Amino acid sequence: MAVQPDPAGGFDPEPVRLVAPDGAPTAETRYGRELPPETLAWLYELMVATRELDTEFVNLQRQGELALYASCRGQEAAQVGAAAPLRKTDWLFPQYRELGAFLTRGISGAQMSAVWRGSWHGGLGFTGKCVAPIAIPIATQTLHAVGAAMAAQRLGEDSVTVAFLGDGATSEGDAHEALNFAAVFGAPCVFWVQNNQWAISVPVRHQHAAPTLAHRGIGYGIPAVRVDGNDVLACFAVMAEAARRARTGGGPTLVEAVTYRMGPHTTSDDPTRYRSERELQEWAARDPIDRYRRYLRGLGVWTERLEQRATGRAARLRAEVRAAVVDAPDPPVTDLFDTVYRDITGELVRQRDALVAELAKEARA
Amino acid sequence: MTQIVERPPERTAPAATTEPTMVAAINRALRDAMAADERVVVFGEDVATLGGVFRVTDGLAETFGEQRCFDTPLAESAIIGIAVGMALRGLVPVPEIQFDGFSYPAFDQIVSHLAKYRMRTHGEVSMPVTVRIPSFGGIGAVEHHSESTETYWLHTAGLKVVTPATPADAYWLLRHAIADPDPVLFLEPKRRYWTRGVVDTATPAPAIGAALVRRPGRDVTVVTYGPLVDTALSAAGLAADRGWELEVVDLRSLNPLDFDTVADSVRRTGRAVVLHEGPRTLGFGAELAARISEELFYDLEAPVLRATGFDTPYPPARLERLWLPGPDRLLDCVERAMRLP
Repeated sequence: MAVQPDPAGGFDPEPVRLVAPDGAPTAETRYGRELPPETLAWLYELMVATRELDTEFVNLQRQGELALYASCRGQEAAQVGAAAPLRKTDWLFPQYRELGAFLTRGISGAQMSAVWRGSWHGGLGFTGKCVAPIAIPIATQTLHAVGAAMAAQRLGEDSVTVAFLGDGATSEGDAHEALNFAAVFGAPCVFWVQNNQWAISVPVRHQHAAPTLAHRGIGYGIPAVRVDGNDVLACFAVMAEAARRARTGGGPTLVEAVTYRMGPHTTSDDPTRYRSERELQEWAARDPIDRYRRYLRGLGVWTERLEQRATGRAARLRAEVRAAVVDAPDPPVTDLFDTVYRDITGELVRQRDALVAELAKEARA
Repeated sequence: MTQIVERPPERTAPAATTEPTMVAAINRALRDAMAADERVVVFGEDVATLGGVFRVTDGLAETFGEQRCFDTPLAESAIIGIAVGMALRGLVPVPEIQFDGFSYPAFDQIVSHLAKYRMRTHGEVSMPVTVRIPSFGGIGAVEHHSESTETYWLHTAGLKVVTPATPADAYWLLRHAIADPDPVLFLEPKRRYWTRGVVDTATPAPAIGAALVRRPGRDVTVVTYGPLVDTALSAAGLAADRGWELEVVDLRSLNPLDFDTVADSVRRTGRAVVLHEGPRTLGFGAELAARISEELFYDLEAPVLRATGFDTPYPPARLERLWLPGPDRLLDCVERAMRLP
């Protein structure tokens, strides 16, 4: 029941919202919010863990243990809500800010930390969890998601792929090509656009001139939905529907999850140069975790015990990542040479040996 | 099916020795590879219904169906980008970029992802992708259809780069490329597309990473590849009339490079000329000249010389004969090498 583009060009720009910012259920009837209590609690725990682990990553960067970090603070619902309804065999194609999706998929902080510590590119062991390595060149991963979805069609699977991208990424040519290819081939792919309002310092109004990013679905001829990205249940419901459509041969869906990047672009960024404290406060009032806690309290699902479990788990994850990162040894430099090709070339052997000899000489000196 | 199972190219039975054009040889290689391994998929612009603008993929969609050979919308970045995603999921994509000059929109996907994926996943993921690109000049084409792109790919770690000079090598290097667990840029010399030659589909030609001496000679080693191997062989005939024996080394595979074969030859001749179409500055000739000078300096009787294109954009069709290195430009270099003290 996606918001379908209609031939007259009409489009419902109002985001799907199941829980209002004050925690009250909305009058939305197109999507259900009925989930088992244990699922509701699981989503809460994941969001709390995401925020806590995110904070730990920022701390580790400040303490010099990580070279850089891109915080996902404020986007927990858009990430947990997107990853949670999927099967473990559905492939995720992240950019680099998807800690909530990684955590939901069971990727550890240690696996994520390699990129930020600068010990290896891409992330470690992601593909074993059906998650592609992170993609820093913006929007390039959207094409990989479409290719993987086309592979699933050819392998006779009913798996779904999800391309995570941001509002800035929608301006890239690759995002356009990916949406168009997915539409033409009916690829089982969901484009999950986290519109967090800012591409480093450039506001979303400078990225495009359409009324909303979801309006692009009309041009590609695919269903598109706007969803409140700070409402985890709405994100869950919209992704569940998009994945079901893809799985049953209904092709791709474009989702615009409207959210906000509460932190800087990365730990190297200074957002006070381009956005106001007032804007920040407005979005803080729509915090996805506070909102969901209030909703669960109203349902009677949130209890002190749940809170303790959630914070206890988050504390364990923080301790684990800290233990994995602090003073972690660097990988052997020879790995650089050994992973370029399946079988190392003669020239790379020469160069690897030269570096090893150079380092041995320095060690003796 | 995320596990990639690497297999060597399978021999085609019954053994067939024919004399097809290079176009037909490549078509046969694609056909045999698709028949041998159902994970192989061929796609690009105009490759299915039309059979490719050079008819290289003629009949593949008919034989193997539209899931295995299909036309894509016009978007080269997407053609390579989807190949990356397909390879990640266990397929063996063989995308075509219609012309060399149209590979540039795909540059980011090739350089940032296709080439680096194995390293970025710490060796977890193979990218068994063969990118076919009709390449180089000499057919009187309109602009953007005659580019020498090899140096871009050679400067990118993680790619293999091969270019055949004969129908037999076109067949076998493509079979080897498709069976290779790493990405291969397969540069097809358009001006040799209609050359005929013996192709023995039962006996594999030397693998990627092996050069071949196409003509032995004592005086000067000519190192070349792809479209200019025939040019070098013609020049060798003319040189013989002047009393100079040229040894022609066809690199076949530019990366991995079989430098041993080059070195063996240069040690014997003491002279080397590199011949390629692309612009001179930082062309592959620069690397070869540097390497020969570094490793074989005391075996050399003369500096390593280069017969190449010029540092200009590729010329319009009516000027390309003047611009491209032919036997005369090569023989000028040979003469200089022979006359140097």
